[in-house]
Amino acid sequence: METLAFLIRRVGQAVMVMLIISLIGFSIQDNLGDPLRELVGQSVSEAEREALRDRMGLNDPFFVQYARFLGNAVQGDLGTSYFFKKPALEVILRKFPATFELVLAATLIIVLVSVPAGIFCAIKPKHIGARLIMGLSIVGISIPVFLTAIFSIYLFSIELGWMPSFGRGDVVELGWWNTGFLTGDGLEHLVLPAFALSSIMLPLFIRLIRGEMMEVMRTEYVRFAQAKGLHPRRVLFVHALRNTLLPVITVGGVQIGTLIAYTILTETVFQWPGMGFLFLEAVNRVDTPLIIAYIIIVGLIFVITNTIVDLIYTYVNPMVRISGVKG
Amino acid sequence: MALLEVRDLEVEFAMRGARLKALRGVSFDLDAGDRLGIVGESGAGKSMAAYAILNLISEPGRISAGSIAFDGRVLNTLPAEEMRKVRGDRIAMIFQDPMMTLNPVLTVGAQMVECLKTHRTISDGEARALSVQKLREVAIPSPDARFDSYPHELSGGLRQRVVIAIALLLDPAVIIADEPTTALDVTIQAEIMGLMLDLCETRGVSLILITHDIAVVSETTQRMLVMYAGRVVEQGETRGIIARPSHPYTRGLLQALPQRNKPGAELNQIPGSMPTLAELPPGCAFHPRCAYADDTCSGGVPALRTLGKRLVACHHAERLK
Amino acid sequence: MSTLQRVWDSNFAYQFRRDPVAICSALVLLAFVLAALLAPWIAPQNPYDPLQLDLMNSKEPPAFGGQGNPDFPLGTDDQGRDLLSAILYGTGISLLIGIFAVMLQAVIGVSIGLVAGYMGGRVDSFFMRLADIQLSLSTLMVAIIALAVFQAAFGPQRYEDLAIFMLIVVIGIAEWPQYARTVRASVLAEREKEYVDAARVIGLSRARIMFRHILPNALTPILVISTVQVANAIVSEAALSFLGLGMPVTTPSLGSLIRSGFEFIFSGQWWITTFPSVVLIVLILAFNLLGDWLRDALNPKLYKET
Repeated sequence: METLAFLIRRVGQAVMVMLIISLIGFSIQDNLGDPLRELVGQSVSEAEREALRDRMGLNDPFFVQYARFLGNAVQGDLGTSYFFKKPALEVILRKFPATFELVLAATLIIVLVSVPAGIFCAIKPKHIGARLIMGLSIVGISIPVFLTAIFSIYLFSIELGWMPSFGRGDVVELGWWNTGFLTGDGLEHLVLPAFALSSIMLPLFIRLIRGEMMEVMRTEYVRFAQAKGLHPRRVLFVHALRNTLLPVITVGGVQIGTLIAYTILTETVFQWPGMGFLFLEAVNRVDTPLIIAYIIIVGLIFVITNTIVDLIYTYVNPMVRISGVKG
Repeated sequence: MALLEVRDLEVEFAMRGARLKALRGVSFDLDAGDRLGIVGESGAGKSMAAYAILNLISEPGRISAGSIAFDGRVLNTLPAEEMRKVRGDRIAMIFQDPMMTLNPVLTVGAQMVECLKTHRTISDGEARALSVQKLREVAIPSPDARFDSYPHELSGGLRQRVVIAIALLLDPAVIIADEPTTALDVTIQAEIMGLMLDLCETRGVSLILITHDIAVVSETTQRMLVMYAGRVVEQGETRGIIARPSHPYTRGLLQALPQRNKPGAELNQIPGSMPTLAELPPGCAFHPRCAYADDTCSGGVPALRTLGKRLVACHHAERLK
Repeated sequence: MSTLQRVWDSNFAYQFRRDPVAICSALVLLAFVLAALLAPWIAPQNPYDPLQLDLMNSKEPPAFGGQGNPDFPLGTDDQGRDLLSAILYGTGISLLIGIFAVMLQAVIGVSIGLVAGYMGGRVDSFFMRLADIQLSLSTLMVAIIALAVFQAAFGPQRYEDLAIFMLIVVIGIAEWPQYARTVRASVLAEREKEYVDAARVIGLSRARIMFRHILPNALTPILVISTVQVANAIVSEAALSFLGLGMPVTTPSLGSLIRSGFEFIFSGQWWITTFPSVVLIVLILAFNLLGDWLRDALNPKLYKET
């Protein structure tokens, strides 16, 4: 019952955000795109154009047009790409697996490295390894993602020739999905982009986890757990880690937007055939329907992942489960 | 031989190059079933003594001298794994603030069961039954339901009952209670204290009661230690010390009690406040606040010496008699 | 005692003198600012002047390698632009955008933070909710979309002329929540204190209380986040320029220089991208290290773990 109320409120919020994003998308279309230009050439007379505008509803009031846009959008119709001459949604979704797999790989790197490294730096702050990690992390934070990407290409692809420098390599088609996870070539192509994409978040999370962990290790409940004679591993992983992860999950939620922005940079450098790369091409070609489709899809991804993060947070933190009902 | 023997205990902290002694030469015995009080203002080193007994002093602190013997074993040189088996099982601890002591993300039951399962081979069902029984013993209403509650769903008083239940879970020989009621509402302090004392008494558990409140110690313990700036300043039978304190500091604490003062009269507070470890005055650490102080006091640290049936560390103890 | 002497003797200055990392970072930043300010005099070439560029000189390697032209110590880009000059001017543009964008952030954020913190209630929760959403959308994402739309709307030609203003405005607006939150927190802490009550009792206006009495106490945290914010703004600018949404290559910032050199690293002209990248990284690192140090030095509650 509590979870249901929480879910309803959360979905309500998500719908609000999507409405705002769709309004932005629509205003862009309204101001940028001239659908007529794409449909008919210069040869059509002004009177004919006007008649056509009327027939297409382009002279309707703003909100009537917006409602129509929204109705179409809900049914999956986000217009037709000027360049590809195909439905914009279809074009974008075709590129979704590439971006998704890149983000998934980068997230795995971030989680699998930052949690152990952060814990290590917190419980052994004076260890030479911990000092090294902390020193490197401030340098890591100061190197922009696209530079990490460029120099990893320069070093590993051009100079050493160990890694492919661009593209996704061989992919396997699985229905409408295509994956690079199943071929050696695909995995090889994934290594550098995933590393580059994780390169700023990783030190950020190591520092965050270290700081939170050190704070938690000083709390009374950790001391009490020690005084109960629990095994140090249990104190660390059951008592300290869960409390450490609460703020980390919150920050993770806030960083989703940044991670999506970084995919645009990473995909540009590696010519990774994902949505971000497609988006920049669309910007250069002034392919308005594609630009709008990208914004709306990214908005949707953002809203969905944020809801998932919130649900995880609620699951880990019992205090929210209760206050969710009261508040 | 006493159950717990602490000898010349010293705790040292390395801070920014300097070494600060948080505890200097503390010694006491605790017999089975006895109750010992440790009194002093905050920062006197009382809690440090408790943590030292359980070998829970964390970096940058460490036990730099002395010994702690429990049941014939020297605890402070025990391997970490052996020491861990003593904690919670033979010697349990109750902390000050029940709001902070229980882990907010784990249920009451989980925090009890983990303790049982760490120290005993026991099935889930048995662990639950035993935990619920302990919750019942500390007079928690509907203990079966509370077992599955999270700490924030309980009031402060109930939480401290849970903490007491956890401390009693494995029938320890000693419980160290560090300001067990200070953080609670005044209205339930007496109730919780009474409960704790009752349970210790009926089970023959020895108790070390750490508090800033000399009145509590006077009512509940057989022997007591008065601490100031990391040192014991007076030590002996509670009744004798309360009746006729030999150290000006003990006397100050007693005179500051509201019940010792006439209604309407001003409270006799000890002037000033305790120095921090980094800026201890030379000689007797208490002398800047002491009405009896003279040049001898700033000249040398008074040794803890026998005076009648008690120990006192004051150059002028005789003048107080 | 002179003011200078007092500053020198203060705890703050003492800690600064004892910390080699802080001194180095400050010196590096000072050097960059001076180099950027003096660029018109010390740069061998005016990289904005197409007449000074000669395509014959394009893609010259750095002079220290032994094969390059001694006129171009760090080599040239694909249009024959002297890299050293371009970097000196580009650093200036990056710093300019970073500093002005942060000033804009501070003005917007401080105003909103003061109002939200002082008014409380609905005003407060509205702005803080807005700040949450804005932060989670991320500056870079907002900036990329905004600039992409502007570029599509204006066309590349007009966009190039407006780029510097667009960058400042977009980065400035996107990051206000950082300041708003910090200032709001200080206001909430200060509001409860007695001097604010006293000011209210003697009948000072709200605005006067906020600006004359509360704001000065919030200056320390503002200073601390500003250093890191400038670094972030410079990174954002570089990323946007790298994507082709920022400064055009005719008036390059560090980001656009990196962009213009990127395609040539595959054919061996590594220097066009590398030198601006190194400058960018050192610049950001210096800001971040100084920001870290400031946070520790000005916040006595958080002693550094040593």
